[in-house]
Amino acid sequence: MSQKVIAGITVDVNEEGYMTDPFQWTKEIAMEIAKGEDIELTDMHLAVCEFLRDKQEQDESITIRSVGNSGITDIKGFYKLFPGAPMKKAAKIAGIPKPASCV
Amino acid sequence: MIKEEHPLKKVCIICAKGTIEDVYASLVMANGAVMEGIETKIFFTFFGLDALTKKFMNKLKTGTVGNPAMRMPGGLPFPTLLGTIPGVEAGVSAMMRSQMEKLDIPPVSEFLEMIEAGGGEIYACKLAMDMFKLKESDLYDGVKGILTIGEFYERCGGLQTQIIFT
Repeated sequence: MSQKVIAGITVDVNEEGYMTDPFQWTKEIAMEIAKGEDIELTDMHLAVCEFLRDKQEQDESITIRSVGNSGITDIKGFYKLFPGAPMKKAAKIAGIPKPASCV
Repeated sequence: MIKEEHPLKKVCIICAKGTIEDVYASLVMANGAVMEGIETKIFFTFFGLDALTKKFMNKLKTGTVGNPAMRMPGGLPFPTLLGTIPGVEAGVSAMMRSQMEKLDIPPVSEFLEMIEAGGGEIYACKLAMDMFKLKESDLYDGVKGILTIGEFYERCGGLQTQIIFT
């Protein structure tokens, strides 16, 4: 485990850059990580991040289907918000571990 | 020596069987690739076409005979003879589907929609369609095309591409 300064705050990250302590997360950190992924964060992005953080906190499995059923966006929209690898990018920006689900 | 990494850019999956486990193996691999941002194409042929046929897609079965890895709940062996009793196959298949639902694995039609939503492409095999006397109208709407294997290969070109046969 290593530490990294993001948006002026020192946070714990793993070797892939995922934050390991969700309590260190702030919206400013999210903005900064998103910039590194070429994403300009909107309220919609943040709503997805909050949704993922809730799921993580409740120890529920995080799947692309659950995001599609979240009422925030559909799956197509999710791919548009976080182009390329949506689940991984969204998790990274939301400050939660890389999702361990295959779906 | 430095080992160079060449991440996958394209995954082409051929699904030729129609049991729950064969179709889902293909769908999970395809959806997994889409989720990683990898260009993805799946080609359904022979009995795999059941996964695209509106009438059967959400009613796939798992074979209950001749499968030594099949076990009773609790781990006791599942005798092949038991699998021949009417209703057993349906029961086992319903159980498989409910177990998958618990893991948030969707029914086939919804799974295909998820793959499409992420930009994955779904194709049906022309030869198998002719063989099974299937028409385009029998297939799920999201099918992007009915192709010969040659036409599918044309779409499988490029470096860092893998073709996977299940």
